[in-house]
Amino acid sequence: MAVGNAWIGTVLRVDLTTGTWGTEPLRMKDANDFVGARGLGTKYFCDECDPNVEPLSVENKLIYMTGPLTGTAATSAGRFEVVAKAPLTGTIGAANSGGHFGPELKFAGYDGIIFEGGADHPVYLYINDDRIELRDATHLWGKDVHKTTDMLIEECGNVRVSCIGPTGERGCLFSAIMNEKNRAAGRGGLGAVMGVKNLKAVVVRGTGPVKVARPEGFLRELTKARAIIQAHPVTGTGMAAYGTQILMNILNEVGALPLCNGRGGSIFDHADEISGEKLSETYLVKNQGCFGCSIACGRVTRIPDDSPYAGFGEGPEYEAGWSFGADCQVDDLAAVCKANFICNEYGMDPITLGATIACAMELSEMGAIPESDIGFPLRFGDSDAVVRLTKMCAEGEGFGKLLELGSYRMAEHYGHAELSMSVKKQEMPAYDARAIQGIALEYATSNRGGCHVRGYMIAPEVLGLPIKTDPLVTEGKGSLLKTFQDLTALCDSVGICLFTTFGMGLPEIAGQYREAVGSDESDEDILLKGERIWNLEKRFNMAAGVEKDTLPPRLLREALPSGPAKGKVAELQTMLADYYEVRGWTSEGEPTDEKLEQLSLG
Amino acid sequence: MTGQLVIDPKRCVACRTCELMCSFGHHDYFNPRLACVSVFNYEYAAVTVPVMCLQCDEASCAAVCPTGALSRNADGVVVHEDAKCIVCKMCVSACPLGNIAYSPITKNVFKCDLCGGEPKCALFCPTGAITFVESDEVLAKKRAVADNFKKTLEEA
Repeated sequence: MAVGNAWIGTVLRVDLTTGTWGTEPLRMKDANDFVGARGLGTKYFCDECDPNVEPLSVENKLIYMTGPLTGTAATSAGRFEVVAKAPLTGTIGAANSGGHFGPELKFAGYDGIIFEGGADHPVYLYINDDRIELRDATHLWGKDVHKTTDMLIEECGNVRVSCIGPTGERGCLFSAIMNEKNRAAGRGGLGAVMGVKNLKAVVVRGTGPVKVARPEGFLRELTKARAIIQAHPVTGTGMAAYGTQILMNILNEVGALPLCNGRGGSIFDHADEISGEKLSETYLVKNQGCFGCSIACGRVTRIPDDSPYAGFGEGPEYEAGWSFGADCQVDDLAAVCKANFICNEYGMDPITLGATIACAMELSEMGAIPESDIGFPLRFGDSDAVVRLTKMCAEGEGFGKLLELGSYRMAEHYGHAELSMSVKKQEMPAYDARAIQGIALEYATSNRGGCHVRGYMIAPEVLGLPIKTDPLVTEGKGSLLKTFQDLTALCDSVGICLFTTFGMGLPEIAGQYREAVGSDESDEDILLKGERIWNLEKRFNMAAGVEKDTLPPRLLREALPSGPAKGKVAELQTMLADYYEVRGWTSEGEPTDEKLEQLSLG
Repeated sequence: MTGQLVIDPKRCVACRTCELMCSFGHHDYFNPRLACVSVFNYEYAAVTVPVMCLQCDEASCAAVCPTGALSRNADGVVVHEDAKCIVCKMCVSACPLGNIAYSPITKNVFKCDLCGGEPKCALFCPTGAITFVESDEVLAKKRAVADNFKKTLEEA
């Protein structure tokens, strides 16, 4: 591994307090040991930041990091990671995004950017190859993501823009960092970290190359991997045709669609109304791909002007389709699209917001939230209310001020924290943990709280990828999850999209990685780096005092009332014990010194 | 000419794999700024159009070139020879389609050479938005593309 082989070799460090910046060589040993993007960003963060730092303070650092494959024609290699301590969870916050921003940063000559301190007025960072400026952003403050992006392109020319909306400026705990308008480093509230630093945007234009160590071998590996992805029924056909929303009917059929904040049954009679198939027939304008991606799961959608939900943008993808749709019992696809548009425009995570609205609906129906607090009667199934509350949250208006804290803090405010469907204060997404035991374990142990993209157990448990497992059985899930978590950490860190792993696996990831960086490590050696990253994250969370691995009591005690998984609860304890054992951790779920030593983390 | 590139903008998903593979094919590294194919994305119209050299039968670039650096080879491809080029950039001005360009990075002009008969942009395009077809297949393709343009314009 050497500078110039997949890596640029340069990190940009910006001190927002003093308004100064400088470049420094990329730490190549860390780049080797922690791969890139998520892993390497986290390594820099852990080395430089106190785990007990207050997330919404200027002492929290914010790191943009690309991976070695970012910017190449490897499979779907447009990804980059933003790392900070997450305001929503207090865990390590690592949020991954696609689009074209990450590659552009490398073309400009930087592997990553480290932001320190905070500016005394709104600023944005302008990067045009080696020309760097911190510019005044007062005129952009308060503007939404789309407007900000348009204004910056007008101002700076042909650039890629990563920015926050008004929610990030205000400190909404699930505000996202958006790039190219509709792509999001979405979860954990990293937008608010940018906001507290008075950093409105990063714009970049780059004209340089990204090189690889062994061009011939790299061409061979990427050709092979691309062929696999394109021939696969999920990545080549299903997701390409219907986007991630293809999952709506599939999850409904296996009785794993969480309904009414988890209170309801498991089968949504109107799932088809909000499915990917329906979207294709109605509001889909065209499919859109991120940088170098053959899957192109992005959906450009338009709601006609004569609809009360008129709008134009991207999405919804499956998780937002579920959160604003099934979870709130809403079957009006136009309303779901509209709520998702607002999230993109204002920079909010639609999983957390939709789930928080569903939680408010339950609390309201049981009388725990007075109608006067919300301003109108709130019940499940009210599509207008979903759009209205999304707007109120976007603008920090009235009840929106409570919504922007996420479901845990909102429910706690009304004395019912147990009804927040969250893990470590982050909302779980669109898979009921009682119907799919593997995802129960994944939610509980995820290093960034409730999340599906830290080891996507839906692949084996529901889709049969790479092998079909029985979702109602707990046995063997610990070791399967460990492999998925480590592989996901690796995938996020090399800079390619997790969705590629529906079609391909470790040999293709490792194959492309080796030729790009010029390594002769075995597949197993490379996967071990994923395990190292997972343990690094875990160690940070322990030092930060993050709560133990568990699930909301509802999922542990209230059996599913109907569907294929009728009568099931999440059988977490047995799986946790197995999982900690295969991880080589103590029975309390803490990495042992021996394990850390083995991973060179001692 | 043995074959030609045909575009179908309706299929283009704006992933720019063509730009990446074009630069890699010519330079062994990735830099979309050095790609002979460019993808233009019209956000609000939701249309994306890949554009590249069409190897004109009456090539203005070659006609205007004072040193003979641009000429048609045996396969009918208009190729650029570095050794003969004085980088006067007359060809850049002369091309009515903007498909030959000057790079401040390489300090040279560059254009599509159909990768010696296996154009990477078409080979790696995941959706069939760019295809490389035998010349006698082109008329049918052309009609299909025209149909798409017609539909697109009607919708816009």
